[in-house]
Amino acid sequence: MSTLLRLATAGSVDDGKSTLVGRLLHDCKAILADQIAHVQTVTAQRPGARGDGTDFDFALLTDGLRAEREQGITIDVAYRYFATDKRSFILADCPGHVQYTRNTVTGASTADVVIILVDARHGVLEQTRRHLAVAGLLRVPHVVLAVNKIDLVGYDEAVFTGIAKDVNDLADQLGIADVHAIPVSALVGDNVVERSAETAWYDGPTLLEYLENATGRTDTSQQPLRFPVQYVIRPQTDDEYRDYRGYTGTVASGTVSVGDPVVVLPSGRRTSVAGIDKAVVTATSTAVAERPSAVAGEAVTVRLADDIDVARGSVIVAAEASPGTRRELAATVCWLSDRPLTVGARVLIKHTTTTAQAIVTKINGALDLDTLGVIDAAGLDLNDIGKVQLKVAAPLAADPYSSNAITGSFLLIDAHDGWTLAAGMIDDEEGELL
Amino acid sequence: MTATIDAPEAALNTTVTELDALESESVHVFREVAAEFERPVILFSGGKDSIVMLHLARKAFAPAGVPFALLHVDTGHNFPEVLAYRDRTVAALGLRLEVASVEEYIADGRLRERSDGTRNPLQTIPLLDAINGHRFDAVFGGGRRDEERARAKERIFSLRDEFGQWDPRNQRPELWSLYNGKHRPGEHVRVFPLSNWTELDVWHYIEREQIPLPSIYYAHERDVFERDGMLLAVGPYSQPRDGETVTRRVVRYRTVGDMSCTGAVASTASSAAEVVVEVAASELTERGATRADDRVSEAAMEDRKREGYF
Repeated sequence: MSTLLRLATAGSVDDGKSTLVGRLLHDCKAILADQIAHVQTVTAQRPGARGDGTDFDFALLTDGLRAEREQGITIDVAYRYFATDKRSFILADCPGHVQYTRNTVTGASTADVVIILVDARHGVLEQTRRHLAVAGLLRVPHVVLAVNKIDLVGYDEAVFTGIAKDVNDLADQLGIADVHAIPVSALVGDNVVERSAETAWYDGPTLLEYLENATGRTDTSQQPLRFPVQYVIRPQTDDEYRDYRGYTGTVASGTVSVGDPVVVLPSGRRTSVAGIDKAVVTATSTAVAERPSAVAGEAVTVRLADDIDVARGSVIVAAEASPGTRRELAATVCWLSDRPLTVGARVLIKHTTTTAQAIVTKINGALDLDTLGVIDAAGLDLNDIGKVQLKVAAPLAADPYSSNAITGSFLLIDAHDGWTLAAGMIDDEEGELL
Repeated sequence: MTATIDAPEAALNTTVTELDALESESVHVFREVAAEFERPVILFSGGKDSIVMLHLARKAFAPAGVPFALLHVDTGHNFPEVLAYRDRTVAALGLRLEVASVEEYIADGRLRERSDGTRNPLQTIPLLDAINGHRFDAVFGGGRRDEERARAKERIFSLRDEFGQWDPRNQRPELWSLYNGKHRPGEHVRVFPLSNWTELDVWHYIEREQIPLPSIYYAHERDVFERDGMLLAVGPYSQPRDGETVTRRVVRYRTVGDMSCTGAVASTASSAAEVVVEVAASELTERGATRADDRVSEAAMEDRKREGYF
């Protein structure tokens, strides 16, 4: 049975990300004839085209916006879908330009694997460090280092080994456990899907082999139950569902089973699970069927044994492992806005299904990309990664991000124009996320 | 360079688990919108993607009904089977249907017929007027990222300004499964619950859930003529020009849009299971095979979307 793998690409401008993605899709036969014809036509019309039928810019397979094609850069994430015999992939092709780092954070937030490209001629650059930091911070399970344009350094093993060592050192500092380095040439196709004859010194998997065998999302079904309530269903119809009251949501972690003792936060009231329902719809009928349990990732409807106050924003948790609630958070944030963050800023926080007012009470420092240490900072600018403290107007049922990516993450939102200001990850008790 | 699909079974490997994951993600999106918006609406054309979208919406709120109205932007160039399906569905489920009619706009002069006869690009203004008129704040569309280059760039929650415009260079970051639906008065949010579904996923799901579709999605005989590599039906909105010969062929529709610019494909697939096999082996994308309006320029869809199109 195949499983879905979500990938994101990262790397500096001109490292060849879009070319690599185009190559991967093409060599996996995920590009269809009309798309190929389109790229051939556009490439052949460019100044400098050879015009002999061999012009083919792989990047055009993913750079879909007019401005991207004109400037030859990726501005926003492009999502692509492909499958091999072994599994299906959702790929987020992210921009390299520092100005668009927020889009890289977007792509990496849902990724199981981040592919970080480094140009073999240039080695580790500031964006490499930034993207590694983002991958580490978001706790992406696997990082692949693709040392690209290996053909342009004469397939030199020493160049590859040197870059792999630099990146491994950084990964150690950032607490990234799993980094695998592969020498590739996206343009030529070395070690992307086909093994290269030029890199006999490399005996690891090709990029596709690696991706086909990587373990997917961390299975959180064995962790304590967290079930943020999205919406309450009360049909109030004159049929068997007259008194139905169901709490909808997606199981964030753990397993919910009928009869489980649970606590509803923030009230802290104890009750138990009376039923778990999934929809059964036909052309003309709409009903639900009971299930014994549901696991992390499933969207279901839960009924409770007692008639207590439960609404959107409530979180149903395992009675024996409640996180409690908090109004003060220590967190690490990626600042995604052109407007700098300053102490005292009033923002909205969106955490699971709760949106509340919040005040940034303290900025504890920012990540210095050169040393990967935390330095003093009076504010945070676009693309900065910093440590902050927040006071929140409503109690939040929150966990550290390291133990739960869903109840441990949040957005900060500008209350005036609605812009997403920051991606936040709640620190461990010791505050050692960085 | 050739594009051969030498292992269609690879693409057939979509499993129950993957479909369940996609279903859960879409259901989650519907519930977020129901909870956070005042006046959502589902764009419903009677095409397969909007039908799957409505099916998912029903799942999200069962055993209660769908708490949204439907909106059909009607080009006036409809397949009769699709209109009949629409009306049957609305009646069976007790839904409210709003119709924004391109035909009316043309009749009273607010829009003018294009020289190429296609009405797909003309849908934008009636759509935006309907959104403003009904004060819809969240508008569900069946667009999928695998359909087209500009759509590949879409967020699941995608902000439109007070003119209905999309600014693809300045989209909000969309992290984890935290969807930010904040918007100012006059702005609205387009929501795409099928963002991560592929054409093949949609067909696998139609097969698994036994979702009825308008009959034109399956093989049938029809008088067609060939234009720009597409098979167009002979009908009130598309007639062969000189030199175009009409033949009776066994075809089906892979997409359903304005009759004047939606092509059929030669096919004998008469069930969802047979369509799955056909789609998995196809060497053309669904839009490449069937949509004349996307061939106008390199960025035809981006340009339409920027102006407020679906």
